[in-house]
Amino acid sequence: MTPGWPSGTGLLLRRALRRDRVRLPAVVLGLAGTAALSAAATAALYPAASDRAGAVAAVRATPALVAVYGPLTGAGSAGALALWKLGTLGAVAAAVVAVLTVVRHTRAEEDNGRAELVASTPAGRLAPLVAALLAAACFAAALTAATAAGLVLTGVSWADAAAFAAVWGSAALVFAPVAALAAELAGSARGAITAAVLALLAAYVVRAIGDADDPQRSWLVRVSPLGWGELVEPFGTHRWWLLVFPAAAAVLCSTAALVVHGRRDFGSGWLPARPGRARGSRLVHGPAGLAWRRERGLFAAWTAGFVVVGVLCGSVTSRVGGLVDGPRMREVVAALGGPQAVTDAFLAAEFGLLAAVAAIVVAAAVLRAASEERARRADLVLSAPLSRTRWLLSHLVVACVGGVVLLAAAGVSVGLTYRPGSASPLAEVGRSTAAALAQAPAVVLVACIAAALYGVGRGVAAAVWPVLVAFILVAEVGPVVGAAPWVLDLSPFTHVAHLPGGTYDVMSTLWLTAIAAGLVVVAVAAFRRRDLA
Amino acid sequence: MTEQLPVDVRGLVKRFGRTTALDGLDLRVRRGEVHGFLGPNGSGKTTTLRVLLGLLRRDAGVARLFGADPRRDAVELHRRLAYVPGDVALWPELTGGETIDFLTALRGGVDQARRDSLVDRFALDPTVRGRAYSRGNRQKVALVAALASDVELLVLDEPSAGLDPIVDAEFRRAIGEERDRGRTVLLSSHVLSEVEALCDRMTIIHRGRTVESGSLLELRHLTRTTVISELAGPVPRLDDLTGVHTSQLDGRRVVCEAEPAAMQELMRRLASTGIVRLDVRPPTLEQLFLADIARDTGVETS
Ligand SMILES: Nc1ncnc2c1ncn2[C@@H]1O[C@H](COP(=O)(O)OP(=O)(O)OP(=O)(O)O)[C@@H](O)[C@H]1O
Ligand SMILES: [Mg+2]
Repeated sequence: MTPGWPSGTGLLLRRALRRDRVRLPAVVLGLAGTAALSAAATAALYPAASDRAGAVAAVRATPALVAVYGPLTGAGSAGALALWKLGTLGAVAAAVVAVLTVVRHTRAEEDNGRAELVASTPAGRLAPLVAALLAAACFAAALTAATAAGLVLTGVSWADAAAFAAVWGSAALVFAPVAALAAELAGSARGAITAAVLALLAAYVVRAIGDADDPQRSWLVRVSPLGWGELVEPFGTHRWWLLVFPAAAAVLCSTAALVVHGRRDFGSGWLPARPGRARGSRLVHGPAGLAWRRERGLFAAWTAGFVVVGVLCGSVTSRVGGLVDGPRMREVVAALGGPQAVTDAFLAAEFGLLAAVAAIVVAAAVLRAASEERARRADLVLSAPLSRTRWLLSHLVVACVGGVVLLAAAGVSVGLTYRPGSASPLAEVGRSTAAALAQAPAVVLVACIAAALYGVGRGVAAAVWPVLVAFILVAEVGPVVGAAPWVLDLSPFTHVAHLPGGTYDVMSTLWLTAIAAGLVVVAVAAFRRRDLA
Repeated sequence: MTEQLPVDVRGLVKRFGRTTALDGLDLRVRRGEVHGFLGPNGSGKTTTLRVLLGLLRRDAGVARLFGADPRRDAVELHRRLAYVPGDVALWPELTGGETIDFLTALRGGVDQARRDSLVDRFALDPTVRGRAYSRGNRQKVALVAALASDVELLVLDEPSAGLDPIVDAEFRRAIGEERDRGRTVLLSSHVLSEVEALCDRMTIIHRGRTVESGSLLELRHLTRTTVISELAGPVPRLDDLTGVHTSQLDGRRVVCEAEPAAMQELMRRLASTGIVRLDVRPPTLEQLFLADIARDTGVETS
C-alpha cells in the first residue's frame, strides 16, 4: 500500500464517525450488552457443572444445531454455553453493520452526489474509501473492546472474553473491505449492499455445511471467514494465531478495492452501463408496478439466498434422524422454542431465524418509500392523480408479497430436500411450506410497523430498526436467558406458530393480523395529514 | 362566477418550525395565461407550488386550484395538471423513456405521436438510465412527461434551469404552443428574460410575500425608464426635477433614470437644448426586481 494516508482522510474519517455517532455506539452497546446479559443469565440457569455438561453434550450431538449456531467448543464453562448461540449470529450482525457503514460512506455518497463535492476538493482520490474502511475498523475495535469488557464484568475469564470478542471484531474487519470491493464493482449502493450481504450469506452457508459435517476437520469451515472465528475456539484452545487469517483477508480485500477504485470512473460501476428500453412496459404503469420493478432484483437475490439456506437445512435435517432423543437434549431444544421432536424443533428454529431475516428485508423495502420522499421522486408521483393512500400501500403490499415469497421459497426448498423416510415428498413440501408461511404474520406485522412509523414522519421511519432488533433478540435470545414471559410476549416472533411440531393458534394469528391492520390505518391516516419533505 | 381561477392563493402562510417560508402570499393565475412566478432564492416559490400540489399543508390563508382544495381534492385536481419539480430526481434504474411512460400513464395515458415528437424536439435519448442522465437531461425527461400529458394546467418550477440554449429555445416554442392550445401555465423562474419573453402576467415575491403582480406593462408604470441622450448643446439643469436621477454627465452626454411622472418635463428640457441621439430603454425585469425588493426590504427594516 502507499506510504502515508491520502490527504483529507482524517477529516473525512471524523465526518463519517460524526454521522454515525448514534448508530455505531448503539450497535456496539447492543451487541456487547446482549453478550454480557446472556452470560449472566445462563450462569443462573445452569448453576451446577453437571447441568452444563449435559446441555453441552446434547448440543454437540445435534449436527443441525451446530450447523445453524456453530460448534460448542471447550469443556462447557458457563460462558461457553451462554455464548454458543450468540457467537456466529453476533459475528454475522457485526459484519452486516460493517457492510452498511462502508457502503453508506462510499457508494451511497456517490449515488447522492455528495462524493463529487469531496472529489473536487484537494482531498486524495482514495481518501473517502480509506476513511470509510477506517470508520469500520473503529467500529470493529470498539465492538471488540466493549464485548470483552462486558463479558469480563459478568465473570467470564479474561482470555475467553477477549477471544470471543475478537471473533466478532474480526468478522466486522473482514466484511468491511468486502463491502468496499462490492461498492466498487456494483453500480449503486443497493447493489453493493446486496452483493456484500450475499457474500456473507455464502460464508455462513459454507461454514454451516462444514460444521454439520465435522466442526474440526472440514475444509469448508477453514475457507469461510465465519469459520475462522470458530476455529479460534474462544472457550477452548484459544488459537489466537488463526486471527491472522481475517487480518490478511482484510488487507487483501482493501488493497483490491483501492486498486479498482483507482481505475474506475467516478459514479459508475465496474460493468459498463447498458442502454435500456426506450418505452415503458405495461407492468410499470402504476405505483405498485414501479415499486416491484425497483425491488425485484433485490428480492430475487434474497430468494436465491433463502433457497440455498432451505436446501442446506433440509439436507442437514435428514441426517438428524438417528439422533439420540435424550432428556438433556430435549431441555436444550425446548429452550430454543419448542418441546417437540428434535428435528421439528430444529426446523422451527430455522424458520424463525429466516423470518427474522425476511423481516429485515421487508422493512427495508417499506422504507424505500422514505428514500423516494427524500429524493423528491415522491413529488413527481404524488403530483399525478394518485392518492397518498395508494402510493403508501403499494410499497407496503410489494414488501409484504416479497416477504411471503421469501418464506415460501425457504419452505419449499426445505421440503424438497428433507427426507424423513416415511412421508411422501409432496406431503413434506406442503408441511414445511406451511411451517415457513406460519411465520408470515410476524413479518407482515414488522412491515406494518415500518409503514406506520414512516407515515408519522420520514425522520422517525428509521426507528423500525431498533424495534426490529429488539424483537429478534427477545425471540432468539430471550428463551435461552430465561426472560420473563411478558418480555417474550413483546416480540411478534414469539406469537407465530413454531411449526413443524408446534401448535397452530388461530387466535394469535388473528391478533397479529388485527394489530397489523390497526397499524396500517394509523400509517395511512398519519401519512395523509403530514407534509412531504 | 362560472369560471373558476386555475390558481387562487390569498394570504397563504406556511411555517417550517420557526422559519416562516410563506407570510401572506397572494397569487392569482387566470385561465389560458402564462404566468411568471418570480423571486430570489429562498423566497418561497417552490414552497408555494408544493402547497398548491397538496404536498405541504398550509398554516393559514386560502389556496385553491380550479376552485377546489389542493389537499382534499388532490387526486381529482391532479388529473387536470402536470408538475415539473425544480430539481428533478429520476429513478436510477429506469430509462428516460420508461420514466416518461410511467408518469404519463399515471396521468391517464398519452398521445404516442406527441410524446415521440417531443422526445425528438428536445433531443432526448430515451434509452439512458436515470442515474446516467445529466441534470439538463433529467429536466427534459420531466418536461416531456408534463408537456405530453393532456392537462389544463402546467406547473413548472424553474423549468429551463440547466437546459442548453438550443433546447431552451425549443422549450420556449413549446410553451408558446401550449398557450395557443389554451392551456394555463404557472412557471417559476429567476431567468428574467425568459419571463419577459414567455409570460403574459407575473407575480414577484420576496420573503414569502407578494410584492408585485400584473402584466409587464402594468409593472413598468411603477419604475423608472432609462434615458440616454446626446445633446446639441450643454446639458441643461436637471437636478431640480423630482423623479429624475442623473447618473452620468460628461459634456453633451447624459444618462438618467426618470419616473413616469417626470418624463414629460425631462423630454421638454432635453428637446429645448436639441437632441442629437436619444436612447430610451424600458425598465428591464432586473430593475423591476431589484426596485421591488429594495422597497420591500426598506419597508421591513423601517
Ligand atoms: N422542508 C423544509 N423544511 C424547512 N424549511 C424549508 C423547507 N422547505 C423550504 N424551507 C424554507 O422555506 C423558504 C422558502 O424556500 P423555497 O424552496 O420555497 O424557496 P424558492 O423560492 O423555491 O428558492 P429557490 O429559488 O432557491 O428555488 C426557505 O427559507 C427555505 O429554507
Ligand atoms: Mg425553488
